[in-house]
Order: sequence, then C-alpha cells, then structure tokens
Amino acid sequence: MNTQNTMLSPELSPESLKKIDREVAKYPADQKQSAVMAALVIAQDEKGWLPKETIAAVATYLGMAPMAAYEVASFYNMYDLHPVGKYKITVCTNLPCALSGGVHAADYVKHKLGVDFNETTADGKFTLKEGECMGACGDAPVMLVNNKRMCSFMLPEQIDALLAECK
Amino acid sequence: MALIDTINPLLTTGWAKGDAGWSLKDYEARGGYKQLRRVLESKMSQDDLIAEVKKSVLRGRGGAGFPTGLKWSFMPKAAPVKYVVCNTDEGEPGTFKDRDLMRFDPHSVIEGMIIAGYAVGAKAGYNYIHGEIFETYQRFEEALDQARAAGYLGDNILGSGFSFDLFAHHGWGAYICGEETGLLESIEGKKGQPRFKPPFPANFGLYGKPTTINNTETFAAIPFILGMGGEAYLNLGKPNNGGTKLFSVSGHVNRPGNFEVPMGTPFAKLLEMAGGMRGGRKLKAVIPGGSSAPVLPGDVIMDCTMDYDSIAKAGSMLGSGAVIVMDETVCMVKALERLSYFYYEESCGQCTPCREGSGWLYRVVHRIEHGEGRPEDLDLLNRVTDNMMGKTICALADAAAFPVRSFIKHFQGEFEYHIENKKCLVDPEVQRMGSGFFKAGNV
Amino acid sequence: MVEIEIDGKTLQVEDGSTVIEAAHKLGTYIPHFCYHKKLSIAANCRMCLVQVEKAPKPMPACATTVTNGMKVFTHSDLAVKAQKAVMEFLLINHPLDCPICDQGGECQLQDLAVGYGESASKYEEEKRVVPDKDLGPLVATDMTRCINCTRCVRFTAEIAGFQELGQSYRGERAEVMPFIGKTVDTELSGNIIDLCPVGALTSKPFRFSARTWELSRRKSVSPHDGLGSNLIVQTKHDKVLRVLPLENEDINECWLSDKERFSYQGLGSADRLTKPMVKQGGEWKEVDWNVALDYAAHALRDVATTHGGAAIGGLLSPHSTVEELYLAQKLLRGLGSDSVDFRLRQSDFSADGKRAGIPSLGMKIADISGLDRVLVVGSFLRKDHPLIAQRLRQSAKKGAQVCILHSANDELLINLTARAVAAPSQLPALLAQVVKAVCALKGASADAALSALTVSAEAQAIAQSLASGSNTAVLLGNFAQQHPQAATLQALAGQLAKALGGKFGFLGEAANSVGGYVAKAVPSGSGLNAAAMLKDSRQAYVVLGAEPELDCADGALALAALKKSAVTVVLTPFKSPAMLDYAAVLLPVAPFSETSGSFVNTEGRVQSFYAAAKPLGEARPGWKVLRVLGNLLAINGFEFNSSEDVRSEALGAQAEFVSGLDNGLEGVRLDLSAAGGAVERVADVPIHFADALVRRAPALQKAADSAVPTARMNSAMLKKFGLDAGQLAKVGAGGTAKANLVAQLDAGLPDGVVRISAAHATTLALGPMSAVLSVEKA
Ligand SMILES: Cc1cc2nc3c(=O)[nH]c(=O)nc-3n(C[C@H](O)[C@H](O)[C@H](O)COP(=O)(O)O)c2cc1C
Ligand code: SF4
Ligand code: SF4
Ligand code: FES
Ligand code: FES
Repeated sequence: MNTQNTMLSPELSPESLKKIDREVAKYPADQKQSAVMAALVIAQDEKGWLPKETIAAVATYLGMAPMAAYEVASFYNMYDLHPVGKYKITVCTNLPCALSGGVHAADYVKHKLGVDFNETTADGKFTLKEGECMGACGDAPVMLVNNKRMCSFMLPEQIDALLAECK
Repeated sequence: MALIDTINPLLTTGWAKGDAGWSLKDYEARGGYKQLRRVLESKMSQDDLIAEVKKSVLRGRGGAGFPTGLKWSFMPKAAPVKYVVCNTDEGEPGTFKDRDLMRFDPHSVIEGMIIAGYAVGAKAGYNYIHGEIFETYQRFEEALDQARAAGYLGDNILGSGFSFDLFAHHGWGAYICGEETGLLESIEGKKGQPRFKPPFPANFGLYGKPTTINNTETFAAIPFILGMGGEAYLNLGKPNNGGTKLFSVSGHVNRPGNFEVPMGTPFAKLLEMAGGMRGGRKLKAVIPGGSSAPVLPGDVIMDCTMDYDSIAKAGSMLGSGAVIVMDETVCMVKALERLSYFYYEESCGQCTPCREGSGWLYRVVHRIEHGEGRPEDLDLLNRVTDNMMGKTICALADAAAFPVRSFIKHFQGEFEYHIENKKCLVDPEVQRMGSGFFKAGNV
Repeated sequence: MVEIEIDGKTLQVEDGSTVIEAAHKLGTYIPHFCYHKKLSIAANCRMCLVQVEKAPKPMPACATTVTNGMKVFTHSDLAVKAQKAVMEFLLINHPLDCPICDQGGECQLQDLAVGYGESASKYEEEKRVVPDKDLGPLVATDMTRCINCTRCVRFTAEIAGFQELGQSYRGERAEVMPFIGKTVDTELSGNIIDLCPVGALTSKPFRFSARTWELSRRKSVSPHDGLGSNLIVQTKHDKVLRVLPLENEDINECWLSDKERFSYQGLGSADRLTKPMVKQGGEWKEVDWNVALDYAAHALRDVATTHGGAAIGGLLSPHSTVEELYLAQKLLRGLGSDSVDFRLRQSDFSADGKRAGIPSLGMKIADISGLDRVLVVGSFLRKDHPLIAQRLRQSAKKGAQVCILHSANDELLINLTARAVAAPSQLPALLAQVVKAVCALKGASADAALSALTVSAEAQAIAQSLASGSNTAVLLGNFAQQHPQAATLQALAGQLAKALGGKFGFLGEAANSVGGYVAKAVPSGSGLNAAAMLKDSRQAYVVLGAEPELDCADGALALAALKKSAVTVVLTPFKSPAMLDYAAVLLPVAPFSETSGSFVNTEGRVQSFYAAAKPLGEARPGWKVLRVLGNLLAINGFEFNSSEDVRSEALGAQAEFVSGLDNGLEGVRLDLSAAGGAVERVADVPIHFADALVRRAPALQKAADSAVPTARMNSAMLKKFGLDAGQLAKVGAGGTAKANLVAQLDAGLPDGVVRISAAHATTLALGPMSAVLSVEKA
C-alpha cells in the first residue's frame, strides 16, 4: 500500500506544477480555481492518492480555501482520499453493464483477488472499487485501471490477462 | 468499437476507419471544416445561421430534446463575454454515443462548437468530458492542438476577424455534472451541485456570463446540417423530430453498440440492426432513453418508432437515445435495485427531497429484493416518489423516481411476488446465465 | 415596482425581490431553513415551496423572483403538500433528540415540525449518524442533527470572508465540516451558532448549562470595541449564561464578534473582586464597604491636602460607562486634580486643545456600507473592528474600493484595491504622499509641507483609487490613534478628506472612546494626560476599571508609576496580582452586566442599558461607589438618585446622538520626520487581550486569536538577526534585554520592524507600544 506516501512532502514536484500551470492557462486569469479538478488529478497521479496536505497545497497554489478544494476532492468519486493499491480496478456494475456481465465480472475479480469492493489486497497491489456507468456500456463488462485506462469486454479470459499484466 | 450499422449516416460517416480516422487530415478529407469556412467567408449573419439550425428542428441530444436553434436565440446579443459549452459528461446509464463521437470524429464536435460560438457571439468554449474516458479527453486535446495549428481555433480564424478558442475540461466521477448547471459549477472548480433556475445559462452561465450548453451529438450535427441545409436535415427524420440520431443499444442483444438511424425508425428495425435478442430469448422490457426514462414493456416498445414524440406517447422519453434491452432472464426488482442505487449514489445532496428520498427509495427496493419487503412497500415507494418529484433544484430527483414508478407500474406482479415469496420470480440460475459472462464450463 | 398577490393580499414590491421577501413585507410567514437575508440564496432545503399561479410545480419562495401580476398561494393544497413532504424528508434522518438538545425551545425544525410534520413517519430504515467535528473552543457540534442547509458554510465564505466550513462528499453522505484537522478560527465564528436552524451547531461554553426557557433576557450593549453592538444577555439565577446579538441594522446588523459573544464567561472569573479590600501593614484584608470607602476617601484627602490635588491622577478605562467616567472625573476635579484621562493607549496628545470638537467616526456606522472608496489608515481592522471589517468586506464585493495604509499586512479577507505598508515612523510621510497625489489628481493645492515629498507607486495607487470615487472616507484605526505622530496622521487624514470632498473619522477603540470625551474624562487646564501622569508619577492614583500595566501605551511605565505612588485606589470588577502589589484599596465595582449605564459609540450614538444581573458578592455599580466617595469627600454635586440622573448631567438632554462631535483640527504642525535606522516595534492589541473582561474569558483564551505573542518579522529581518522562525529571540528595549519571544516569519511586515503584541504579560517589560527594539538570538 502506498501508505509511505503520507510521509512524502505535500509539496508538488516542479513537473506537476508545470502541468497544473498548463491547466490554469485554459481559464480566464481570475478563474484559477477552475483548474482544481485537473490539478487534484495531477497531484493524485504524483502522490498515489490525496493526503490532506496535498489537497491544501493544491488549494494554496490555486489561491482557494483548502476547504473548497476538499469539497471538490470528496465530491467526485475518482479522487482517492485514502491510500490505494498500485492498481486500482474499478468495475462498472450499473444495469446496462450488469445485463452483459458487469456484476459477474466484479465477482470474478473479487474471487481472484480475495478482496471485496473498497478493499486492498494484502500485498498492496490491488484495490477494487465498484463503479457507476462509464459511458461505455456497449463494451460491457468494462473496468477502469488507475482511473485512466479503460478495459472493454472483460470476460474471464480478459480479466485473467489483465491481472497477470499488472505487475 | 467502431460502428456496426447505420441507415443514412451523417455523424458516423467518419467512423469507418475506427481509431485510425480521427485526425484533422482525415476529417478535412471528408469535407471537414468546410462549413466553418463557408460561414466565415460568406460572413453569414448570426440570425441566418440560427434560422438555418431552427429550420432543421435539431433537438438537443443530451436528453431533454430542447430545440437547439431556439436555445441559441436566447443568448443576449449585447453581452461582451459569452461562452459555448459542450456536454460530454455522458453518465446516464446506457449512453455511450458521445464517447465514440469524440473518439472517432472529434473535429466534427470542434467544428460544431466553433460555428455555435460564431452564432451566439462567444469567443471561448469548453468541452466538459467525463473523467472515466480520460484517453478520449487526451485525444480531444490533441485534436484541439491540430485545429489550433491549422488556424481553425484562436485569433482571427481563417482571416475572418472572428476569434474563438476552445478548451477541454475533464470531470472526475460525478453523474450530476451532466446536468448543465452542475457542469458549469464543475468547470468553475466547485462541486457539481446544480444551480436553481432561472436564471438559465443563457443569461447567467459560466462565470456568470451568458452561456450556451449543448450535448456533444448536438454540436456534431451542426456541420452536417449546414452542409445539407436545415430543411433537408429535418426531412431525414419526421416532422418536429429532425435528422438522424445515435442510439446506444446495450443489454440483451447480440450486437450492442451505436447505431445512427433517422428519427422515426421503428424500434423493431433498430433491434434487428443490433443483431436481435441475445440467444433468441424473449424481449421483456426496454428502457428507451437512458436509465432515467420510464421502462416500457417489450410489447409496448415493439410498436414504437424511435423519435421523441412516439416514445413520449408510449409513456417514456427518448432521452439520450440509450436503449437498454432486457430479456426474460431479468429480475425486474433486482434491475430496479441497481438503478435506485445509482441515483442514491449520484445525488449531489443539496436538496432535501433528493438527498433523503433517493436513499429511502434504494433502501426499500433493496429490502424487497432481499426478501424483506412488506405489502405496503409499493404504496410507500409511490408516495416517496410523489414527494420527491417536482420539488428539487434539478431533475435528478425525478430521474430517480421515474424508474421506480414505471417498474412498479408495469411489473407490479413481479414486485408483489417478491414481497410475498421473498424471492425472485425469475429463477436465479436463469438470471445468472442471462449475462453471457459465464460460458459453458466457466467458473 | 411590481404588484403581486400573496394569499389574496396584494402589495407592491421592488423589482428583483423574491417571493419570500415580499411575503415578509406582508407579514406572511413562509417556512424556511436555508434562506437567510444576509446570505446568498441556496434554495436547497425546499421548505419554502409555495404555489405560484400557472406554474405546474411548487416553487421555492426564497429563490423565485416576483413578476408583475404573480399570484402566490402559501397555503394551498399543492403548497402544503409540498411543505409536508419536505418536512418528512427532513425528519427521517433527524435524531429527534429534542429533550437533550441545546437548541430545544428555539429550534426552527422543532417549531415547524409541529405545524408541518405528520405525527408518525413511515421511515423505518436505520437513521444516519454523522461524526461530530472539532470546530474549536467556541462552537460545539452534533452533526447528526445537521439538515445540510449550508447556512454555516455560506457564512464563513461570504460574511467571514474565508471558507472554513464546507459540505463534503455528496448525496446522503454529504457532511458539513472544516478542513481535516482544522477548526473554525474566524473572529466571527459564533454567528454560525445563531444561523444554524437546528441544534447541530451550539455554543460550547453554554452547552448543557440551562434549558432555553429557564433564561431571563435583558437588552444590553457590548462593552468592548467602539461599535457598541446590541446584545441580549441571558441569565439564570443572576449568572450570565449566554449572550446573543440583538439585531440592529444600523450597528451590528445581526452579527456579533466572538469577543462580544463569549466574553461574558469572564464575568464569572475567579478573579472577580467580591468584597472591598484594604492593604494594612502590607497585608490585604477583606473589609466592609464603609471601612474601605472611608479608607479611600481619607487617603485621597490626605494626598490632596499634603501635596495638592494635582498630585492625584485618574486613569479611567474607556470601557467604563459614561456615568462612571463622568463621576470619576468629577471626583478628581473635586479633589483639585485636572489630571484625568481615559485615552490610556494614546501616546501623542499634541492635538489636545486644538480640536474643534469631540473626535468620532465622523459619519454613521451604517454609512460605511454606502461608501464607494475607503482608505483605512493604521488599523488591525479585522481584529480591532471585526464587524466594520465585515461591512467593508461586503462593500468591496459590491464594487466599493477599499485601500489600507498600515505598518502590518494582515489578511483582512477584504478584496483590497491597494495597500501600502511601511514602518511606523514612515507612516506619516506615506500618508502625506497620498494627500499630495490626491491633491494633484484633484487639482487642489497641497500643504506646503508636502512639497518635498516624492510620491511612491503604492501611494499613487491608493490616491488613484480614492480620487475616482464620489463617496469617500478615510478611517483612522487604533494603530493610527496610538501612533507617536497621531496628530499628524489625523491632520493629514483631514487634508485628504477635504481634497476628496469626503469624510474622515476615527474607528473608536473602545466602548466609550467617544463617551469619554463627552463625560469630560480628559485633562483640562494644567492637568496631565494619561501618558504624562505616568511619566511624571503622582502621589496618588484613582484607577477605574483598568489594568494600567496592560491597558496603557507603556505598561512598564504604568506599573512603575503605580508602585511608586503613595496611594492607589482601584475601582475594579477584577483583582490581579499586579493590583495587589500596587494598590492600597480595591473597591469591587460591577461589570457592565451588573450595572445600568451608557456607552456612546464611535458614531456618537448614546446607548443606555440596565443591569442584566445582580452584582456578584458585594460588588456595587461603579456610579454608586463614586457617588458615595464624592459624598464622603464632601464634594459638591454628588447628589444622584439614579444612574439616569448621572446620565442627564453628563449628557444633557436625552438624544439619540451626542452633540459636539467634530473631527476638525486647527494648528497642528505636520511632523513628517522619520526616526531612521533603528528597529521599530509594531504593537497590536490582540483581540482577546484588549480589556480586563475578555482577558478572563476562558473559552476565548483557548481560541486561535489568543496565541502567546511572538516576535514577528519578515525574512530579511530574521536573517539580519541570524534567527530562524521558531527560534527564541531575546528582545530588548532601551538597551537591556527584556523578553524572550519566539521568532515568527510574517512576510507582510516591512523592513526595520518587529511586531510584538501589547496588552500581554509576556511583553509588558518591553515598555511603550512604539518602542525602539534590539533583537538577538537567545
Ligand atoms: C441528472 C441529469 C443528467 C444529465 N446528464 C447529461 C449528460 O450526461 N449529457 C448531456 O448532454 N446532457 C445531460 N443532461 C441534460 C443537460 O442538463 C442539458 O439539458 C443538455 O446538456 C443540453 O444539451 P442539448 O440541448 O444539446 O441536449 C442531464 C440532465 C440531468 C437532469
Ligand atoms: S435534485 Fe438531487 S441531484 Fe439535483 S440538485 Fe437536488 S440534490 Fe442535487
Ligand atoms: S450545521 Fe446547521 S447551519 Fe450548518 S448546514 Fe447543518 S443545519 Fe445548516
Ligand atoms: S453501465 Fe457500465 S459503462 Fe454504462
Ligand atoms: S428556504 Fe427556500 S429552499 Fe430553503
């Protein structure tokens, strides 16, 4: 588990700050706060999750109240306010997916990893999450790996391959 | 997945090469940015442009079906700063058309937005793309770079004196940001909690400035409408239901996917294009417009054509064009339980009836599904939905209520059976095999 | 104006009004929780749903703007059904623990549930439990009761100026909380208790001490800063258990600062003097009143006889009532002394004798909200005048331009247009630059003394802002009034206001900063002012309500002078070790809550109040004690039967505002010299140390604003002294090391200054608030 991340400095790396600056530039000069969603993702990518110090650092960087950034970080469910495994797998179980095996795929992963939703494997490698519709229901079952990679048509064979690939 | 089948393709003409055909040169080769060029070079007046869109009777593809040209005409002319915003939040369960549009033909969305910007006098736009399709967001940013480099975006576009820039903003997991004012709040860097309307975005939108918000598919249709003329576009479909529409067909069909067909195409035809029912099983029910639309029994929908008016007449909504097909292996109580959980999970939490009611609905349906239902529960559910509907800031509370009411209305017997016998009417083993996840010999 | 009809009654309301505002005008009550007239519209509770003709759905009255001809029904079937529906939803997850809830009896949910709730809910699922939050020493939470109306959240963001609270998560899990690990530290935090419509946020000091219906209520007036906030003081068995704002739109609106709300706890301090005491042979003895009064009268008479009345000095607290101040000065004058003063923290008295009248705000408090350009000079505004800062914060949001010129750069949470920061000695020249620049912009001729000045960019920016307005004011804060060149600053402010065609005035430091003048509690003739009577120490002092070592500009000097005196008679609600050391007689007088009296606030408004409780122990109202002393000393004119009698003599005919206010100044020579080179002290008076009462309020003393003073300086100064932030600095004044203080980085401070708070035991030894300091690593 990335718990050691709590010990890292809340400060963001120069690379992350550069990425955030690029986001800030999309918005009017007096609307820096608009970049907070992207900035929190950039911070989460760097730290593995979002410790409160990091949220505060992002807020300060964007000139907003830390509480306002926390509201955002806790409202959108792809931000991780607690440490997660190296691979966070989010399985869509919403109805359209479920009709084509979404729930069964989740059960299959649970069984293979020996964890339930919102749990992390003992080796800290996998965290399993239940997801809502990802706008890809035609490809069911679908899963997200670490928020940014979408995997389609996840039948047993494909799940086996995915888990094997996650080192 | 690339396109499977279409009738009269417009929006999907560029999808043929799948992931290999999205870039600027492919789009230009298909005639892309021609309409933008024409509008700018002919110095078409804003009024003429809006009139053309009105003529097409293009109705918003995001769910509400509001006439697009009319919406654009609401933008105050004199305001110095205005915005155009595209809604690619696509979180309505069953809907997956905007993702493919953005993957396979992002420039059509860009061109549509620039033209919209010209029509309403905006100098900047944002496309809000839900967080789960980050790869698509990245591709869209690349497409924006291409368009900028080619002079379609930025200052003085194509030497016309018109300037417009466009940016991508991503979500990070909140269905409610699909609601247009929740979306605006989210772009402003806040929680996506919808605003009370009025004022509507056309008067008080992004950063408090007049803003036009349309769905991705709505914008993508604009270049095609200008290409063929509003009237021709309208005539592709039915009166009051112009043009073609993307339908996302999911669930128990042999070939789930997106299908572009003219408005008014019979449901039966759409089902056939999607390869018919999986395993040849019997159609039980269809949710014709995304999870928020009332469910229709199989025999009712078989008599419908796919357009706003026909579906409305049957008692449901065309919504986002997400067609969720359910066969006889489905337990309707379990299906509703999952949908109710979704609204409970996704309520933004600000209005009392939705915050408290969505959880109440879910808990009661959950209880029925788990064999703890009580005879009075169906009345209770109807009463709670009654108390939620029409009393909140946005339509999510109604969206949470519609499935509950329609499932009970059309499948009351199945619910009663569940309450009485504390188990599903459909044998669990039958349910299990329905998903197709387990092939023979698997697990 | 539009005409609308509510429940069949027609009325005219302004364009843009909401239905709920219109209904209130008619006296029609529409149930509501999230709506609050001072906060933005959230429309989230949905309690205010009403029927509007032609609308298919019920509409929220708080968010629906009126249109001409609109017909509203607040009690139709549709409306009532909607209201009942919302009430049921509100109650399903509410604990309904009213019998043990502090809000019981004054809970809007409880009240409305009676009218709009069904007797039994059909909700049989498990109720939600929300973890409580630590918001600090003042506000207690019971978050399971929260109905998510977000009033408290909006308050911190909009009124207090910084969003310390938020609604995290979403849906049913939405939770109101501060940032993880943080508390609510704004000086206005207690207002969220009033705003919370349920018992989710309650007063920590009040917690469980009484049921609300057991409390007696009395109107009163805050004894702290010059605003004179209106209070409701609530008591049980003559003990003050709670203080709430009494709404007065012209003064405190519906708010109170935490100091005003929670200082009452000091009334029950163990330091309360409950019996007269006399020092005999170095031993303190509790004695009867007549013994103590006799003793005091004789001692004072002796000094007057032996050394002349001028050998007696009167140090009067500006937090005393007009009646007390008036009688105290009358007593001293009766003894033959003109050395009496209430301006204890002032150091420049050169304007005395040159004033056209009594210095005051120079406008109404409510007028501040209408100014379009404001320059605040020398003020720790947010902490010295929390509710005036709040007014300016709102004005700035609505487009007013606010600038500040000061020796520190504290976060005011006001959207400032410009600011200029300079060491105290540079402040007059800096303000003079603004005057010069404004004169140039306005084409007015500037004072010849300004001709040599070069206008800095900061001064120019302020001038530009001011000159662009049509309704401007210059406000002199406590720091400016305490400044060693206060008269110059005032004269410059006057010139500036004149050039702008605007106003200028003083932000009154204390409850009677204006009242003290009206009560003649200032020296006359050859009498000495507060500073002079300490420098040139007296044989005897009469101290009223003050702790001079903490309340005077130079606490060390005050302490030395008092110790040296032969007799010090102290009339005080509290005793302290210092007093026991220097005093000869301690006479227990009642604090504001136990006496009748009057304050004249900074705008000159007379506000009288009655006692809310009986005096503690043998304490007696100050005016009575002074009357008896006057009688014992056989001074003429001490025949008063009531505090009202005293008031009429002190203030003349009853009037809402005192007369004789005039900020004009004649014949002050501008002193633009700047003592260069040395390390200057910038001294603030921290909000919770400013007077004897608040210093003894335990919960406030635990608040973030009560931190032990540090030596604050910018990074260049830290470097200069070889200090790191957090290290101990040895700070000296007048050559010798006097205090060890933790060095703290305060990037906003100018070069050449170290900021060290006054009014605190740990910094007392440093002497004057405007000292020249030496600093080295300890
Ligand atoms: C709960 C809720 C979710 C919504 N989600 C979406 C969505 O994902 N995509 C979308 O385009 N519109 C969505 N809408 C509709 C939008 O509010 C808005 O009507 C639409 O973006 C307007 O575009 P159109 O006129 O082009 O349809 C949603 C509405 C509600 C109430
Ligand atoms: S109806 Fe639900 S989702 Fe919509 S604003 Fe209200 S609480 Fe939020
Ligand atoms: S704590 Fe009180 S004021 Fe704050 S949101 Fe909850 S109910 Fe409203
Ligand atoms: S339901 Fe799973 S992606 Fe839509
Ligand atoms: S008072 Fe109107 S919605 Fe809360």
